[in-house]
Amino acid sequence: MFACLHAPGNVALLVECARGFSPHIEEIPPGTVIFDVRGLASLYGPPAMLAREIERRVGMPANIAIASNPDAAMHAARGFPGITVIEPGKEAATLAPLPLNLLGGSPDTAELLHLWGVRTFGDFAKLPPLGVAARLGNEGVELQRLAHGNGYRQLRPIADPLDFQAEIELDYPVELLEPLAFILARLLGEVCGALAARSLATNEIRLRLALENAPEHATSLKLPVPMLDQKAFLRMLQLGLNGRPPAAPVLKVYLAAEPVKPRRTQQGLFVPSSPEPEKLELTVARVRHLVGQDRVGTPEISDTHRPDAFVMRAFAPSSASMAIEEAPEEAPPQPRLCLRRFRPPRYAQVLVVNYRPVRVISQSVQGRVVMAKGPWRTSGEWWREDAWNRDEWDVALEAGGVYRLFQEVDSGRWFVEGSYD
Amino acid sequence: MRATVLQLKCELQARFDVPLGVRKTAETERIPTGISAIDQLTAGGIPRGALTEICGAESSGRTALMFALLGQSTRRGECCAWIDAAGAFDPASAEEMGVDLTRVLWVNCGGNTEYALKSVDLLIQAGGFGLVVLDLADTPDKEARRIPLASWFRLRHAAERTGAALVAVERQINARSCSVLQIEMRRKRPVWIGKLLRGFHTEAESRKHYRTHTTELFVVR
Repeated sequence: MFACLHAPGNVALLVECARGFSPHIEEIPPGTVIFDVRGLASLYGPPAMLAREIERRVGMPANIAIASNPDAAMHAARGFPGITVIEPGKEAATLAPLPLNLLGGSPDTAELLHLWGVRTFGDFAKLPPLGVAARLGNEGVELQRLAHGNGYRQLRPIADPLDFQAEIELDYPVELLEPLAFILARLLGEVCGALAARSLATNEIRLRLALENAPEHATSLKLPVPMLDQKAFLRMLQLGLNGRPPAAPVLKVYLAAEPVKPRRTQQGLFVPSSPEPEKLELTVARVRHLVGQDRVGTPEISDTHRPDAFVMRAFAPSSASMAIEEAPEEAPPQPRLCLRRFRPPRYAQVLVVNYRPVRVISQSVQGRVVMAKGPWRTSGEWWREDAWNRDEWDVALEAGGVYRLFQEVDSGRWFVEGSYD
Repeated sequence: MRATVLQLKCELQARFDVPLGVRKTAETERIPTGISAIDQLTAGGIPRGALTEICGAESSGRTALMFALLGQSTRRGECCAWIDAAGAFDPASAEEMGVDLTRVLWVNCGGNTEYALKSVDLLIQAGGFGLVVLDLADTPDKEARRIPLASWFRLRHAAERTGAALVAVERQINARSCSVLQIEMRRKRPVWIGKLLRGFHTEAESRKHYRTHTTELFVVR
């Protein structure tokens, strides 16, 4: 079944109303919108009730017709005022009184039919098909089929704009974040609703705030997995704004979401459980708000010999099942001494006798050196300003701790890099 | 006397599962550390759904033990969290011990113990982590002792609920009765061969099971 809305003037409103019922919508100027309503009987009942629901939602005077094919629905909506429901098989009888000018066709054909005295759909439908074919050709046959109400063409849906954004201009500047949260909740509701209506999710939300007498405040929320959780988005945006609040009162709020296909996963029965990505993202955002933006994540060791060189990446563990399949059965590595780093390395005063450290005095690390092995010189990236060049020592202090010291070759200053544990 | 005990048992039966007896606890799943001496000491490894404390002085092998455990856990495909109060985590050492860093969420609290406690609470309540490590190894004793027992109880209950193995690495035991397993690491002596620090001998003792094992940790430079 196909429904048709006809109201010359505000076609955008008709399209918006049609979107509430179907994603397959065809727009035919002037002022006509046809959309697919197959399968809606279980939601809205018989076609007559569906038509009344469409009338209620459209919010403006419009002709509504429901028929078994798009052309019959269009002709009925253009020809009959109010609601018209055409039962399947009764198209010809229902459309019969409509004037022939609704049928369309070339001006020559329309003039010829007028000269023959054919005025309505019914008159044209009664003409012998072979005679029509002989005199009017293919166009005549096609028009007579439409006059019978026998359409078979498919809808030509309009392209979906996929534009998931919302904005609001405020009557007065908003200074506090709490009232701003209400506005964000409303905009997120609109955007998430639009995404949900198209069975989509998002992996990036962009927020722009126009400020009073200050440059625009822009922030972006990048998600490791596609999500569609309005409350989580709001909480994450709030945490982000708390950490980096706008510099001036807000005049306008603009929110946009990047549409992506939603995440579909099926975990294996014997795969270890892992944190739910949506929940994890919100938790990590909370922790990040607590300890700092660049202090939470997964360390990725950089491809360099520079000591303690790593980059903090977002925590996004790969699929556990993949990891298990790829992991070969191997014996656990032998235990080794591990370094606990002082960040930054602690400046130390070191007493040196015969080129060997014999006493260390530093914040929280001090004592007589009972054993010292070294030095091992490491250096690199001499072409950069932050090049390193140092001599490293492993020392055991009288108290029992084993530490790594280093002396900068250029400045001669000593540091405690960390303790072995 | 026997009749009185029987009468008491009957009266208490309605209110308690095992009146006047010891409740049999279910066998808990354990994560092996891969260090045979420690696994022998702990009867199979670190228990899941419970709080374990590992304490010891500097250079006693606490971090090596934790990295071994982390390596075992990540090799099984589990996600782990390392809440680092002092920011002392060394990714290179962890990787050398076989830790899959992509499965480790590292929270560097920059020396703030309160942030570390809040972070571990948030992460363990979120669920889904196989192993959560609270690293208080560089936190001064005075500060660690100030953590209220209620916080440890809260963490223990969260671990029980989510099934994660929660391990606190400290200088001394702080959670007391909240932890089901307490391992004390003691350094013995470093091993120097030529110009290299090759490792050191360390000793581990289970404080709750009164068992002691000596193990050796090695470093290769």
